[in-house]
Amino acid sequence: MAATDRQARPATAASRRRTLRRSASGLVLLLSLTMARAAVLPGDRTDLMYHYYDGGGVQVSGPAVLVRKSAGDNVSVSGRYYVDTVSSASIDVVTTASPYRDRREELGVGVDILNGNSLASLSVIKSTESDYLADTFGLNVTHDLFGGLTTLEMGFSNGKDTVERVHTTFQQGINRYNFRLGVSQVLTRSLLAGVSFEDVAEDGYLNNPYRFARVSGVYFPEIYPGTRDSQALALRLVKGFSSGGRPVSSSVRADYRYYRDNWDIRSNTLGLAYQRYFGDRWLGELHYRYYQQNAASFYSDNFATEMTYMARDKELSTFHSHSLGVKWTWYFAKQRFLFINQASLNLSHDYILFNYDDFTDVRTGQPYSFGANVLQLYLSAWY
Amino acid sequence: MRRAILVGLSVVMLSGCAHLVPDVKPYEREMLADPIMSFSRDPVSDQYLDHVYDVREGARGATTSQGGGCGCN
Repeated sequence: MAATDRQARPATAASRRRTLRRSASGLVLLLSLTMARAAVLPGDRTDLMYHYYDGGGVQVSGPAVLVRKSAGDNVSVSGRYYVDTVSSASIDVVTTASPYRDRREELGVGVDILNGNSLASLSVIKSTESDYLADTFGLNVTHDLFGGLTTLEMGFSNGKDTVERVHTTFQQGINRYNFRLGVSQVLTRSLLAGVSFEDVAEDGYLNNPYRFARVSGVYFPEIYPGTRDSQALALRLVKGFSSGGRPVSSSVRADYRYYRDNWDIRSNTLGLAYQRYFGDRWLGELHYRYYQQNAASFYSDNFATEMTYMARDKELSTFHSHSLGVKWTWYFAKQRFLFINQASLNLSHDYILFNYDDFTDVRTGQPYSFGANVLQLYLSAWY
Repeated sequence: MRRAILVGLSVVMLSGCAHLVPDVKPYEREMLADPIMSFSRDPVSDQYLDHVYDVREGARGATTSQGGGCGCN
């Protein structure tokens, strides 16, 4: 790839940073999602997925594999491999740079250890890309109380990233610390509630080395603060319904998250989902998500004068989004076959509409907006 | 009068809480064991979708699934 192309990558570093700060929790939480149940090891399963995203001039696709297997009654080990193949001609790229292609690979391994009513999960994740490297260690502990009706969760992870700029000697680091607390509670035989809190503290080079801010129409490199501290609080409910002799034939899930950080971003996220069985082998899901945030204190679409900190990352602007999605699951194997107890084929499609209030499409002079299609096709097998 | 109101409110609140104390026996948890009663039915899928949002939004954390995602923007 030509150097000129690689220098025109305004959006990847920040997104990679987001990728990796999530990976800070990574496999640990992925593997402890059963926290709403009594302390048990996660079930043995394998998932093979192909994912595809297309929106705003960006296409991202690739496979993902998760394999989990218990080793005895108290230990479970897992591995995860994830690939993103990116082709980008996003609004940032077409206005200040040129399209590019890239590939990210993420490899994670984890181990879960069950001891009485407690489950400890350890994980190590390594992510590599042409100009971004990250290593993350995570520890998560869940503990059941009151006969399994209440589950407490505590988690910590630490990530160390290296930000580079292709074809240069530029190299900077980021330290990231995630602290998590959570409680899930069985309220009735068909109602489950959960509360979770997460604090994320980062320090280091939080800029994107490729992106520019605008000052009176002239482009200057972005300048971000060197630290960021955020808090997020989420509430969740799941309610089940019976009919037709089934213990549970459908369910409604609702969740809300409030977010704040010291960059003055505040956001609200609301999600609703309805799931329903159709016969013994089909499961349908319809879900909706609304997201809203205000801009960071150092964001501007076009600064009047140079400031200490300047950003024109649309992810730091004022915007809202609507997302509507469907998912179909076909349990094509419900009886034991060879070593497999159950297997399903899943297809989901989400459409997301982003509307930016103060991020201008400089090609038209109008506020920017775009729609995105997200497809997932995956095979799951339990054994 | 104020004390009476406080006492009254306390009684109402405590009696209300009494109904909120969960008492779900193990044999009554069949519904809760179903996958559609989970906060996250398919970890790989939810992890991916959460990340699609995460890389395009300022907010982060406290999701049902974490890790993975895409280097896209």
